[in-house]
Amino acid sequence: MRKREAGRGTRHKFRWDNRMHFYVLRRLLYTLPIILGVTIVCFSFIHLAPGDPIGAVLPENASAQVVAEIKAAYGFDRPLPVQYLKWLGRVLGGDFGTSIMTRRTVISEVAPAVANTALLAVTAIGLSFTFGITLGLLAGFSNRRVTDRSVTAFAVVGISVPHYWLGMVMVVIFAVLLHSLPATGMGPAGTNILAFTGEDISHLILPALTLATIPTGVLARSVRAMVAEVRRQEFVQTLKGKGLRRGRIFLHIVKNAAPPIMAIMGLQFAQLLGGSILVETVFAWPGTGFLLNAAIATRDLPLLQGTVIVLAIFFVLTNLFVDVLQTAVDPRVRRA
Amino acid sequence: MSAAAERISLAPAAVKRRRTGGFWHRAARHVMRDKVALVCAIVLLAIALSAIFAPWIAPADPYKTSMLRCLLPPLSPKYLLGTDELGRDMLTRLLYGGRVSLSMGIAPVILATIVGGALGVTAGYFGRHINMAIMRVVNVFYAFPSVLLAVAMAGVLGSGIVNSLISLTLVFIPPIARVAESVTTQVRNQDYVEAARATGASAGRIIVQHVLANVMGPIVTYASSLVSIAIIISSGLSFLGLGAAPPLADWGLMLNTLRQAIYVAPVNAVLPGVMIFAASVSFNLLSDSLRSAMDVRA
Repeated sequence: MRKREAGRGTRHKFRWDNRMHFYVLRRLLYTLPIILGVTIVCFSFIHLAPGDPIGAVLPENASAQVVAEIKAAYGFDRPLPVQYLKWLGRVLGGDFGTSIMTRRTVISEVAPAVANTALLAVTAIGLSFTFGITLGLLAGFSNRRVTDRSVTAFAVVGISVPHYWLGMVMVVIFAVLLHSLPATGMGPAGTNILAFTGEDISHLILPALTLATIPTGVLARSVRAMVAEVRRQEFVQTLKGKGLRRGRIFLHIVKNAAPPIMAIMGLQFAQLLGGSILVETVFAWPGTGFLLNAAIATRDLPLLQGTVIVLAIFFVLTNLFVDVLQTAVDPRVRRA
Repeated sequence: MSAAAERISLAPAAVKRRRTGGFWHRAARHVMRDKVALVCAIVLLAIALSAIFAPWIAPADPYKTSMLRCLLPPLSPKYLLGTDELGRDMLTRLLYGGRVSLSMGIAPVILATIVGGALGVTAGYFGRHINMAIMRVVNVFYAFPSVLLAVAMAGVLGSGIVNSLISLTLVFIPPIARVAESVTTQVRNQDYVEAARATGASAGRIIVQHVLANVMGPIVTYASSLVSIAIIISSGLSFLGLGAAPPLADWGLMLNTLRQAIYVAPVNAVLPGVMIFAASVSFNLLSDSLRSAMDVRA
């Protein structure tokens, strides 16, 4: 009898009903103009940059006629909206142009870099989910002030530490002083996880730990806050009053705290994809951040544009996915 | 008669006791009572004052190089924190560095609060088409990861302090505008706004007199939480070589140039980051305290 009562009230069966279809469709439609806006911003990069957009390919003593011809060849003599539409058409077809630096297509430069960044980001987010949620639950459920205070302090440090500096400190400790882990670069297996050896893992440890600090801090803090908030709600008193076991109450609280935490997790993952630039620079990790840096250093605008567009669209889609997931899990969001 | 007089005189006294100082006063007092926040405020004040008065208190010239004494370790005679890769005094440069690094953390947030706040309040107050037009554009910029947008903009515009200020401001406008918009949307339907409208006050007057007074608190609190991020990202831009240009003293730039010496002088290489960290933690805790002070009211 007691068993049957436990937790049945709040449990709901997730159904992918018509309303859900409608919601996903609406969110998709809402995302399209944003993606379009993102492409407009990226397109404007070429014209925001100081100097002529074709400066990099022009010989220094080019005559006015040559300049005009090259401009026409690149389509820079057309009005801006026409240029944008033509460019957008090519981008939609997956053609981001040619890198000025390497003379290879931008997409062939960006694709492996995205894979490398994704490997790093997924590892880092896995670490931070594990640590952040554990710490947050520990602090949220602990009735001891010390535990709560120390987790909060750790979280604040994690959020406010400049991660590129933390990376340097890690290099100093583990590579310079202890000689135990490699300071820079990626192992020989690259993104091929199946071929991973100890060496590949050792290359991954420092950058992943560094990248994981911010999301770990953010998660620990928000899990703690959410759990503390849910614990104060009246239904917890009711559950205690009817004599539910502590483990059961724990499950109830976690379930109620989960949806907003999931949203934060998704946002953090999305930020990692774009935010790994600095960490990748510290560890010479051949990902998108490294590529972006190289593109900026050589003023390789097509490469810069391509990298930014791909990352921004990833970011938008991740946010979309998180929204949809949250709505699917939490019926309250759907009703609102 | 005396009883009646007493009753009358009691009322204003009771009211008076409750109304000690305004909203900001109470928030400030709450922050002052918070010991952690007080320590942070003192740390920040110390960093800021030492940056402002750097020319008078610094032990050496921040730009004087010497190949003879480069990368001296900390606690060397005459050079308390050692020297950098060009033999310049680290302590002096860390003090001077606060000038650029702190301003580059605070200035973009202030600029973004003005611009983003104005956009958000306008969108929230007028609603409908104006709201849609403004927020659509804001959301496009919100669709970029913040570090990516800052680096890409600074990279496109070219390195330099002004360009990195512009790109950082651009990064912080969308989140502030979104907060301002949502707070203003809640306020615009309140009775006192309705009442002001009924008396025939113009939109500008209502916004300045009634709306701003009630949305400033949340907006400023939110903006204060961004300062710590701004310091980290702006130093990050300098770290990538996109911000301050050498030989200017800037914490991020110092990290960048000293990174090459990380195997030779690891402690020196890591020192500038301690300053960034201290400033960013202090701002973070201070803004936390401010936030809880604001919640006291609600």
